[in-house]
Amino acid sequence: MASKIKMIMAKPGLDGHDRGAKLLSRIFAEAGMEVVYTGLRQTPEMIVAAALQEDADVVGLSSLSGVHNYFFPRVAELLKEKGLKDVLLVGGGIIPTEDYDFLKKSGMAAVFGPGTPTTEIVSFIQSNVRKR
Amino acid sequence: MFDEKVLQKIQAGKEKWDQGPVAKTLSKNPESKAAFTTISGAPVERLYTPLDVQALDYDRDLGYPGVFPFTRGVQPTMYRGRYWTMRQYAGFGNAKETNARYRYLLQQGQTGLSVAFHLPTQAGYDSDHPLSMGEVGKVGVAIDHIDDMRALFNGIPLDKVTTSMTMNAPAGVLLSMYLAIAEEQGASWDKVGGTVQNDVLKEIICRGQYIYPPKQTMRLTVDLIEFCQKKVPRWNTISISGYHIRESGSTAAQEMAFTLADGIAYTQACIDRGMDVDSFAPRLSFFFNAFTNVLEEVAKFRAGRRYWAKVMKDRFKAKDPRSMMLRYHVQTGGVTLTAQQPLNNIVRVALQTYATALGGGQSLHTNSYDEALCLPTQQAVTVALRTQQIIAEESGATDTCDPLAGCYYVENMTNKIEAEIDDYIKKIDAMGGTLTAIEQGYIQKEIQNSSYRFQKEIENNERVYVGINKYTMEEPPPTGLLKIDMSVGEQKTAELKEFRAKRDQAKWKAALDKLAQVSQTNENVIPYVIEAVKAKATVGEVCDVWRKVYGEYRPKEFV
Repeated sequence: MASKIKMIMAKPGLDGHDRGAKLLSRIFAEAGMEVVYTGLRQTPEMIVAAALQEDADVVGLSSLSGVHNYFFPRVAELLKEKGLKDVLLVGGGIIPTEDYDFLKKSGMAAVFGPGTPTTEIVSFIQSNVRKR
Repeated sequence: MFDEKVLQKIQAGKEKWDQGPVAKTLSKNPESKAAFTTISGAPVERLYTPLDVQALDYDRDLGYPGVFPFTRGVQPTMYRGRYWTMRQYAGFGNAKETNARYRYLLQQGQTGLSVAFHLPTQAGYDSDHPLSMGEVGKVGVAIDHIDDMRALFNGIPLDKVTTSMTMNAPAGVLLSMYLAIAEEQGASWDKVGGTVQNDVLKEIICRGQYIYPPKQTMRLTVDLIEFCQKKVPRWNTISISGYHIRESGSTAAQEMAFTLADGIAYTQACIDRGMDVDSFAPRLSFFFNAFTNVLEEVAKFRAGRRYWAKVMKDRFKAKDPRSMMLRYHVQTGGVTLTAQQPLNNIVRVALQTYATALGGGQSLHTNSYDEALCLPTQQAVTVALRTQQIIAEESGATDTCDPLAGCYYVENMTNKIEAEIDDYIKKIDAMGGTLTAIEQGYIQKEIQNSSYRFQKEIENNERVYVGINKYTMEEPPPTGLLKIDMSVGEQKTAELKEFRAKRDQAKWKAALDKLAQVSQTNENVIPYVIEAVKAKATVGEVCDVWRKVYGEYRPKEFV
């Protein structure tokens, strides 16, 4: 049997809207992943430290306060710096589609906007996560 | 309300209808779903008749507008006297930009202001704090100190306009700045009206802008209530909020139940402080959501009014009828908006506005159609305000009080929601009260379960969401979205440096030292906060004083 996908769900910045992050944590767990939800007010350093500590395969970022262009690329950079190059970095929230290109160039494997079916996110992770 | 004989006749007639026309129609054309439910998952029957409201006692359960139990509204003439206050929540960038938006909204017929602060201010950090990076001016206006506050209200007379401030853990700091500016304008505090949210419990439950542990943060909440009761009598000292509970996934009944549970906790805390219930309860205000299912929302508002009136009268022994009134602000449901086909949101907001009017709300913020994408553009804000004006002045919903009273369906649902509220309150009481229920994660888990159920219904196509799981279409990416200039953060950082260098250091330090000392006693802290902000202490500096004295809250996550 393949080992479980390990995932960190994180809320970068001061945004308190975590309905999506909590809901997805539950859905990912149901899909057989091992999920750690960091809670609110995470700095990029804290998120990457959690990824290191948990030996995560996936890091998921949720942002609803318009700070994605600031925080997402910093998490990507730090992951690289710490040698976690094969960690799958995904994000979602209130993110204008015009920002998607910039975020993907900055190291996000995928960005999911409002209304995305959770099944689509689960299958993206399952097909793109590193093989252990 | 109905004679026994009349009910028997209706019972017989209903059975005949069930066995006759209904059975015949169903055998040819089955209904489209096996079960019908509201957006909250509450079952809905095919037909409601007097049989479904037979226990209703008109005088006891409905009564008259402006009279206990206030089911039919809190004012005797409702909107025939005056429409609800049209109050658009706004704020972005720096104080000057936001001041321009306020003046525009007031020119367009808006009747009250509502300040959206950026997250650093809400979390009690200055714009140059490391945790504020990337957030400055983003979801609200950056206010760090009294000079910002002065610029925010430049040219706006604070004794003429009422202002609502969405500010919680640091509510006392921002209220102090507001009062200081009012004083500068020559507006006396007894003429100044408005609201601070000051509802820290729901921050812990679902909104996330907490700073201090529950007990300590409650002390600051009660200090503010006590101070205003004495010095700022027209101020609504708290806005006990169900809005965010609903946004985070609750049902309509849960929204009302958990909000009233918070209300009970605050009322008890003020009584424990030694205040007489009738001295502060008339200034407690509430804040709710309005979703698109108009009839369910109306039933929720009516049930809430009736239940709260009884809580205040029976549980807290209030004597002043004003203490028993559930007065509330409404915001249309942000989470109901779709990024897909955003113009459809105008229709959703119109229905939600209609629900607010039929439900008897005291003030309203209508969301803009582009808010699932970004902060609203001026055009979208104007449509949102016009939506209120059309419902108020064209739809006829405001011509009579509580127009849906007596509707069998709405009365039945009002009763059911009230019963559900009562079940929750009893459960929470049995757990040891609201704080315990929050600490144990009970309220959070109930909300999360509802949020999960709703998501599953959408994804399994059991519930239609236009543009999400039905009537979808390919669209070009949206254009013309409002962008916040990233340079606001740099400007603020530079400006703060100058502000700190220029102030009278001795006066500033003395004011903060005094505040720190008083915060460790039982004395009300608000007068000392006012002195501190006048001595140019920043929001972050005042909040840091309390971080040292009270510690910081680190929540357990209940996923």
